[in-house]
Amino acid sequence: MSLILIIEQTLNGIQFGVMLFLMAAGLTLIFGVMGVINLAHGSLYMIGAFAAAAVAGATGSFLLALAASLVVAAIAGALIELTVMRRLYDRDHLDQVLATFALILIFSEGTRWAFGSFPLFLDIPDALSGPITLPFGVQYPLYRLAIIGIGLVVALGLFALISRTRIGMQIRAGESDREMIGALGVNISVLYTLVFALGAALAGFAGALIGAIQSVQVGMGEPVLILAFVVVVIGGIGSIKGALVGALLVGLTDTLGRFLLPSFFGLFMEPSSAMSVGSSLSSMSIYILMAAVLLFKPTGLYGSA
Amino acid sequence: MQREQLINATTLLALLAVPLWAWYVDEPFTITLATKVAIFALAGVGLNLALGLGGLVSFGHAAFFGIGGYAMGILASHAQTYTPLASWPFLLEGTKSMPVIWLVAMVMSGLAALAVGALSLRTTGVYFIMITLAFGQMFFYFAISWPAYGGEDGLSIYVRNGFPGLNTLDPIQFFMLCYVLLAVVLFFFARLAKSPFGMALNAARQNDERVQTVGITPYRLRLVAFVISGAVTGLAGALFADLNRFVSPTMLSWQTSGEIMVFIILGGVGRLYGPVIGAGLFIMLEHFLGGLSEFWHVYLGVLLLLVVLFARGGLIGLLAGKEVAHD
Amino acid sequence: MTDAVLEIRNISKSFGALKASNNVSLTLRAGEIHALIGPNGAGKSTLIKQIAGNLRPDEGTVWFEGKNVTALNTVARARLGLGRTFQISSLAMDYTVLQNAVLGALGKRGKVFRFFSPVMKDKKLLAAANAALAQVGLEEFAHYRTSDLSHGQRRQLEVAVALTLAPKVFLMDEPMAGLGGEGSQRLMGFLDTLRQQAPILLVEHDMDAVFALADRISVLVYGSIIATGTADEIRNNPEVRAAYLGEEDAE
Repeated sequence: MSLILIIEQTLNGIQFGVMLFLMAAGLTLIFGVMGVINLAHGSLYMIGAFAAAAVAGATGSFLLALAASLVVAAIAGALIELTVMRRLYDRDHLDQVLATFALILIFSEGTRWAFGSFPLFLDIPDALSGPITLPFGVQYPLYRLAIIGIGLVVALGLFALISRTRIGMQIRAGESDREMIGALGVNISVLYTLVFALGAALAGFAGALIGAIQSVQVGMGEPVLILAFVVVVIGGIGSIKGALVGALLVGLTDTLGRFLLPSFFGLFMEPSSAMSVGSSLSSMSIYILMAAVLLFKPTGLYGSA
Repeated sequence: MQREQLINATTLLALLAVPLWAWYVDEPFTITLATKVAIFALAGVGLNLALGLGGLVSFGHAAFFGIGGYAMGILASHAQTYTPLASWPFLLEGTKSMPVIWLVAMVMSGLAALAVGALSLRTTGVYFIMITLAFGQMFFYFAISWPAYGGEDGLSIYVRNGFPGLNTLDPIQFFMLCYVLLAVVLFFFARLAKSPFGMALNAARQNDERVQTVGITPYRLRLVAFVISGAVTGLAGALFADLNRFVSPTMLSWQTSGEIMVFIILGGVGRLYGPVIGAGLFIMLEHFLGGLSEFWHVYLGVLLLLVVLFARGGLIGLLAGKEVAHD
Repeated sequence: MTDAVLEIRNISKSFGALKASNNVSLTLRAGEIHALIGPNGAGKSTLIKQIAGNLRPDEGTVWFEGKNVTALNTVARARLGLGRTFQISSLAMDYTVLQNAVLGALGKRGKVFRFFSPVMKDKKLLAAANAALAQVGLEEFAHYRTSDLSHGQRRQLEVAVALTLAPKVFLMDEPMAGLGGEGSQRLMGFLDTLRQQAPILLVEHDMDAVFALADRISVLVYGSIIATGTADEIRNNPEVRAAYLGEEDAE
């Protein structure tokens, strides 16, 4: 096992983590401000990817495709908030889960209806295709590196938005005390729609970015959504910082687990069984990580009690 | 109250009458549909103990359903190839006997529920939902990546398992088995709901602090409820696998968890017979809407959304009216 | 000190810079009503929570019948015999009044993990529950849904549930609130006799009730107890008048 391989896998883990962060940040914001759990967040991821693939197919421009993913997902998010979510704020979590589960069914089958069951493909733009040579002679795909960069920029932007701007102040106020933002004279329903649209846009953006590496298809969002839940549980609900740390932890654990565990078991087992034990265990590694965090900090690393 | 009991009795009779009629006119497919209803109802009744009575919104019950299914698949596949499951520390053989399979399915899914519940119940609310969903996904990925029992492709068995004195390959006889199991579980759960345990569990759902103040630990109540709930859903999983003579990771998927929940909400949350009616409705929708359009899940989604937003008591709620307090 | 059933020794609890409890000591003796009074924000709720076991004190200990219970949680303290009523009623709202009382009797009896026999047909539990309801005058309302009760009736039910526990100490957080004149009088008469059964630590805003009922009164201001004594001693304590009663007069 070479150093180069380890660096490469570590970068893959970070890239995976950054993508999870885009999902988890929206989820944790929406939960922190509105107190709702949104299972349809994975659908927004899928919608962003499909919007990007459709626009890229029509125009050939990757930038336009990315813009489309942001806009379409934000609009879809705002519509969901206006039509469904706002009826659920005062409901119990069961109703929220079931209503947003219903949305998944509608969006997934609706998309299958509109686009068919075959996956679409979104091409990596020429400017970002091919590998780049990093220090220590590591060859790494430029596009994946770009995702890491974009993700970190978005993370910084979110921190700035929340800590520096007026709307960020309102979001923080909303997280700590809902009555207070009413007292501050903030129009709560507009704020809620905005936060939801922002979370949706982040999810759609993540979907578009990943759509260029994997295929764009119905059902792509939910596995990512569940991983984002793991991230939120580890990081703590409502904490953007927790979402970032949790996302990187999950991304690295999963990627390095898949890479290292089979070789680890190979040290003392025959190759075929080492492969199967290693891959089975690594498929469970992030959940074991989540269980460990729960044992020691049931409210997550950065969650308040 | 009287009205709800009438609805319950009618439901149970209808679920018996339809397949008997189908048997009489020789329509085995209808019997299979009714068997599916009985099995899904059983899974839903299991979940509803945690969800309705205990207020524990578990989105991971597919794990227990699937573990029950795999308990069947693994035992039966070893029996049909005459290979032992383990030869050390003691010889462990497969089996084709349903009662043994059911017992193993319930014990294994109950143990899984004990592990998942012990961790998840340290949290409440949204955390609990996300964590049960995540642990459910863990079992799903494990089933996919573990190659010994079919991995992603699942596991088939050639002949349905046997029950002493019955021909389980005859659809109506297998249906009757499932139906009787459902009825037995409904009977016990009706008793359980009124028992000291059921009363305390229900009280903990309403007010955790109140239960603590009278000196009862809610965590233990919930954990026991979660284990019973998981075991019953696991039993349903074993039956479902036997119905199809096939088990695959799909049984463990998050969609399955969602569907079991849908049975409950369609029928009515917190009503003992809610999942029975809900499962019946679900199978009817699948059958009729599925015949109309390949994309029937869209209609299911819309219906579900409407029920959640505007008809929270589900079908029983619509028919029987609001639940009233009674001793 | 020998007859102290409940004893709080030098409890301190801070939330950030706020000292909610500052070296508080308090005893509750057999047969007495000990009232805890103080202006809003004095730290009464924080103190109650530390006694009931919801909050762990930063420093100091809580003793119950000569046993250090500081490390025990609410459930364990309830099982030892701490009967608590809440400032804001905390009941199973979907249940009937009788069911709430039976829940208390069930908690007292234990053996909760019984899965088959109907609890509402258990004669002993029903007898205990009905007796407690009769004691607070709620027997007519036994079959009402708890959420349909008035606020005052919910307070009475809280007391009834505490009674089913046959506690060794009552911890009552503003039981009079929302009762109205007649209801208050009735409850006062009841508490007056109840102290023979078990001593009461009474947090109460109704000063008439406090001075009429309490054998001893402790005054909590800014997290510290500034005085403890009989009604007369407290009434005539200049420090108390300045810190607390003066404000009441001004209202």
